[in-house]
Amino acid sequence: MYIAVKGGEAAIEASRALLAAARRGDPAVRELEVAQIREQLGLLVDRVMAEASLYDPELAALALKQARGDAVEAVFLLRAYRTTLPLLATTEPIDTARMQVRRRVSAIFKDLPGGQLLGPTYDYTQRLLDFSLLDTGPAPRATDATDDSHDTTVPHALEALIAEGLVEASAPSDGDPAPPDITRNPPVFPLPRSARLQMLARADEGWVLGMAYATQRGYAHTHPFGGDIRYGAVAVELVPDELGFPIVVGEIEVTECQMVNQFAGSASVPPQFTCGYGLVYGHGERKAMAMSLVDRALRADEFGEDVTAPVQQQEFVLPQGDSIEASGFVQHLKLPHYVTFESELQLIRKLREEFDQ
Amino acid sequence: MTSTPDSSRQAWLAVLALAPRDALAQRAVARVAEHRFEWLREPETGLAMVRGRIANRGDRFNLGEATLTRCIARVTIDGHTTAGVGHVLGRDDERARWIAQLDALLQQPTLRDALQREVIGPLKAARDEVIAAERARHAASRVSFYTLKPEVSA
Repeated sequence: MYIAVKGGEAAIEASRALLAAARRGDPAVRELEVAQIREQLGLLVDRVMAEASLYDPELAALALKQARGDAVEAVFLLRAYRTTLPLLATTEPIDTARMQVRRRVSAIFKDLPGGQLLGPTYDYTQRLLDFSLLDTGPAPRATDATDDSHDTTVPHALEALIAEGLVEASAPSDGDPAPPDITRNPPVFPLPRSARLQMLARADEGWVLGMAYATQRGYAHTHPFGGDIRYGAVAVELVPDELGFPIVVGEIEVTECQMVNQFAGSASVPPQFTCGYGLVYGHGERKAMAMSLVDRALRADEFGEDVTAPVQQQEFVLPQGDSIEASGFVQHLKLPHYVTFESELQLIRKLREEFDQ
Repeated sequence: MTSTPDSSRQAWLAVLALAPRDALAQRAVARVAEHRFEWLREPETGLAMVRGRIANRGDRFNLGEATLTRCIARVTIDGHTTAGVGHVLGRDDERARWIAQLDALLQQPTLRDALQREVIGPLKAARDEVIAAERARHAASRVSFYTLKPEVSA
């Protein structure tokens, strides 16, 4: 039997008004513009785009404004928006070797083609609060290099070792199969690596980071080196139905990490380094690196490694990494469960009566 | 309307798609206003699934989507009909329209050279300049290793 409950309507309306006021904060303080969020909270915008699986900096900034800076809520808003749009096209695979690199470092070679380009990074800052930022000031200027001769193509650091056979080579499987899309077909485990990477690319950064850290602390066996870590802009190409040949439709920023791990080999294959791969929207080095560690750990079956830790188990790592599903299920517990709880209450009263007799 | 790959068309479409909105507007608005276009497809915004390859070399995988706006414009000049495509990341209808219109005009033999000279050339030059400046700024953060040589005893 359903019991009609009324009376929440006015309260909900008042709650929305309170939320709107809380979002705005003190009206004496100037309202935040979406463009300011996009330009000045760029790493947060990038994270929201990555976890929402939707590249649109303006909408990610809008979502953050609406969500009062709550990243998971902003991801939710963007994912919901995404479902309202038709899928018009699938792009050609982006080519990160042709990236307009803004940062590229390798931890395994000091000198390498393209060099060590530090770019904008917190790595060499002292992590001391800069109190001058309490006030607004003139825009800082970057230093210009007087001479720059580097090519537009920056080859990956591992190329030479791959050519020597010391690092595993990646090549498309037979027929270059179209990858599964876990947002359109529910994932069925075990998933191929292509589907795992899609899930990891949109997984919650904190979750992936924790999983990656676990592999370093000894829950699964990894000894990785940062082979090639790069961030920059890549052109996006697709083949319109009307044309039959690829055209550039714009560019996006991505961060890529190729991690080098210890050897695998067998009676027939000589030992070689293996790799983990990370690729995310925007500038997200922590996420891309963590993703590459987890990607490698999830290849345990492929290399016949003992599965000893949760991070090697797809069904543990991947579904739980989705912040929207996780958040929804955890947070649904605050919604009314009056009837369910009433039945449990009756049950425990009955059990207590029986116990007392 | 299937065409064979046309490297000059691919090149101008890339220039148009990568041009900043203001620069494109400045070059496009007056040019396209001189002609009457038919919209074979009005601008529509949807998603493009962006793909990568494992380690940039292996199997393809879906990285995520990006907003994309597309349209098709047709124009007839002196009995010669051409159709232009406007595909651009984002949700900007006007940008997609300008690209489609310019693509249609650029396929007109009587207009191509002038448009290449006055629209595509300057837009490409402006982008090259922006990229060169950006590269120079970032290049200043390239590490130059040097080695201290031990003193050679006499």
